[in-house]
Amino acid sequence: MSDLHANSALFVRKEMLPPSDPPALESGAIKWLRENLFSGWLNSTLTVLGLAAIFFVLKLGLPWFLHGVWNANSLGECREIIAATWGEDAHGACWAVIRERWNQFMFGFYPRELYWRPVLALLLLMVALAPVLFSEKSNKLWIAGGVIAVLILWLSVSYGQWIPVGILVLLAAITGYLGSRGVHWPVNLLWFTGVYTGLAFWLLWGGTIWLPVVALLGFVVGWIAFRFASNAVGTIVGAGAGAIAAILWWYFAAGALSDTLTGLTGRTQPFWLRGVDSDEFGGFVLAFTIGIAGIAISLPMGIILALGRRSDMPLVKAICVGFIEFIRGVPLITLLFVASLLLNYFLPPGTNFDIILRVIIMVTLFSAAYIAEVIRGGLAALPRGQYEAADALGLDYWKAQRLIIMPQALKISIPGIVSSFIGLFKDTTLVVFVALLDPLKGITDAVRAAIEWKGVYWEPYIFVGAIFFIVCFSMSRYAMYLENKLKREHR
Amino acid sequence: MKKSVFLGTLAASALLAGFASAATLDDVKARGELICGVNTGLTGFAAPDANGNWQGFDVAICKAVAAAVLGDASKVKYVPTTGETRFTALASGEIDMLARNTTWTFSRDADLKFTFTGVNYYDGQGFMVKKDLGVSSAKELDGATVCIQTGTTTELNLADFFKVNNMSYQPVAIQTNAEGEQQYLAGACDAYTTDASGLAATRAVFADPENHIILPEIISKEPLGPLVRHGDDQWADINRWVLNALIAAEEFGVTSANVEELSKGTENPEVNRILGTEGDLGAMIGLDKEWGKRAIAAEGNYGEIFAKYLGESTPIGLARGLNAQWTQGGLLYTPPFR
Repeated sequence: MSDLHANSALFVRKEMLPPSDPPALESGAIKWLRENLFSGWLNSTLTVLGLAAIFFVLKLGLPWFLHGVWNANSLGECREIIAATWGEDAHGACWAVIRERWNQFMFGFYPRELYWRPVLALLLLMVALAPVLFSEKSNKLWIAGGVIAVLILWLSVSYGQWIPVGILVLLAAITGYLGSRGVHWPVNLLWFTGVYTGLAFWLLWGGTIWLPVVALLGFVVGWIAFRFASNAVGTIVGAGAGAIAAILWWYFAAGALSDTLTGLTGRTQPFWLRGVDSDEFGGFVLAFTIGIAGIAISLPMGIILALGRRSDMPLVKAICVGFIEFIRGVPLITLLFVASLLLNYFLPPGTNFDIILRVIIMVTLFSAAYIAEVIRGGLAALPRGQYEAADALGLDYWKAQRLIIMPQALKISIPGIVSSFIGLFKDTTLVVFVALLDPLKGITDAVRAAIEWKGVYWEPYIFVGAIFFIVCFSMSRYAMYLENKLKREHR
Repeated sequence: MKKSVFLGTLAASALLAGFASAATLDDVKARGELICGVNTGLTGFAAPDANGNWQGFDVAICKAVAAAVLGDASKVKYVPTTGETRFTALASGEIDMLARNTTWTFSRDADLKFTFTGVNYYDGQGFMVKKDLGVSSAKELDGATVCIQTGTTTELNLADFFKVNNMSYQPVAIQTNAEGEQQYLAGACDAYTTDASGLAATRAVFADPENHIILPEIISKEPLGPLVRHGDDQWADINRWVLNALIAAEEFGVTSANVEELSKGTENPEVNRILGTEGDLGAMIGLDKEWGKRAIAAEGNYGEIFAKYLGESTPIGLARGLNAQWTQGGLLYTPPFR
């Protein structure tokens, strides 16, 4: 055969040709462009229009951005500097307003020498959140912990306060002790998450430390009552007994005990911090206080509302449905006005019902109603078999919810829940309508009212918007991380 | 039955509210702090500085009252109020007095049940236009687009003015002063209208103030003054006479610099009565003898306050105009201290 071929064919290729490059139009950047940007006349037009739009925005915005001035004491000075550096007709941003009023944007009217307190509360928040957000230890977490520890040390040194370091040492000691007793991450830090609520309240508002301590003890009292009663008469009655015990504690014992302890310790440093009124809060301290408190309380509340709405008990169901539908049917601003204006008429005169507390309550209720519906969606998405399987295992209602239903329902609801959280955090700027100084408009308008900065328009908005973006984007990225981590179906 | 209980509770709480506000002076003294409602930020009238201290023309009134009542001008808690929250805050007793560039009108006085304790600034609504528009009088604004803050009396005044003069206009609704400036500069409207003091402040901070003019017509009366709740006449008297003392002090030449010296006794019996060296006017309003002296020492007399926050030496550069003493052709005229 080969002979035949050798004679019949003039040339036979013995080796493979190297593959040649694809045609220029079908490879590399050009191919990408053709496929993604210029795949048809419609897309080509849109691409050109889009590029033109970007070009014009940059042409207008970029010089303004780059001509920005950071060191000036008034808008007039900014203008002079820009005119001197870039010519008479140049426009430029006057970032100096952010620089000069930085403290006001961050802390509002919080007393300047006490700035370490909200900062410490924020740093400790990250510590308190770590065991909730991350279930396994990693190097990144250690590094983050180290950075926070260094920052707390720096806080102590630069403000001459030993409390930040004291808290840090206490925190490390208790966590280390728990670790040595065989309690592992994240449970060995979880105790701090519980304590943090009281600690943050004490750091932000000051006053006696015994008030939050005694208030937190109420939960312990309730839990003990629950354990005893539920062993004796069952879970539901036990829960009721626990709640009643806690309420009795707060109502009768807490105030007196707190006063007594305060009397014993006096107004000395570790037990007493200078009080800060709510109207001194402002800027991002206010936004974070309202946002974080709202987020932390509205999630458990939303879960309970969602369960209540699916409950078989008519009364519970009616209350939950009524609450959710009422809150969702009313704009948040209305609720805020009710909290700030209407309530003033109904409360007995002279009652000092803290305005931030009122706003937190309203924001929380509002957010809880939305989260309840998101979680109800997650519950509805679970196949019936999961409920039946839980029943077949002989689990009671709460165990079934805790061990089988909720982990799955919450996982499904993560995007919705985080959307609600992001919405809540951004909604904190609405408190400007009840004359609290939120960073976006309250502080900005107050800053603009000073004659030096009157006429500044975009700079504060861009600055505050950027910070909101960072926070909201982080929340969104964390939600994506969590979703990926919890993905079970397609492994 | 249930309904009547509910209504009864409401009535009782309303009554309680009425009683509790009956002795504001005692409340303030017991608290050791005057709670004063101010603007969330209005150039020249109320604004926090970089350290968070409130300053301004309205704020000075709060300080004077605090000095007269409590003896310390710094014992004031400033509650920033918005256009929506100001009246509720006052009516509900959240604040003791409101000094927030509030126009004295019939309905606010009678219907909302407040007592205006005087006028600390006579304002009026004006127009600002770009010079190259070629307009020199508001009467030539027929067909113009006008930037106007919604939900304020300025909106109604504008409609009245154009109707009376048989002209048409196109309103451009804005929410805040800052937004108005931005829209006006961007050319969204031909004219920007708000209180003349606000226009002056706005124009002063433009990059090119010489290219903008404030038209001579003032189309409304805006007497701005501090106010208190109805039903506590003693407290209203204190507020009224502290303001009067500041105005009278300027008339008689009592300043923050010489008040200490003059309080040792002067030739003028009225000055002596204001400063407490003669007679005992303070006792009639529930204060001590030196209330007037302290009020004047706090931030100076009316003229000094005006010069410090609004006057021609400040960037805002307002002339006294209507706010001059009656002896100088203005409207400031206090009843005698006697």
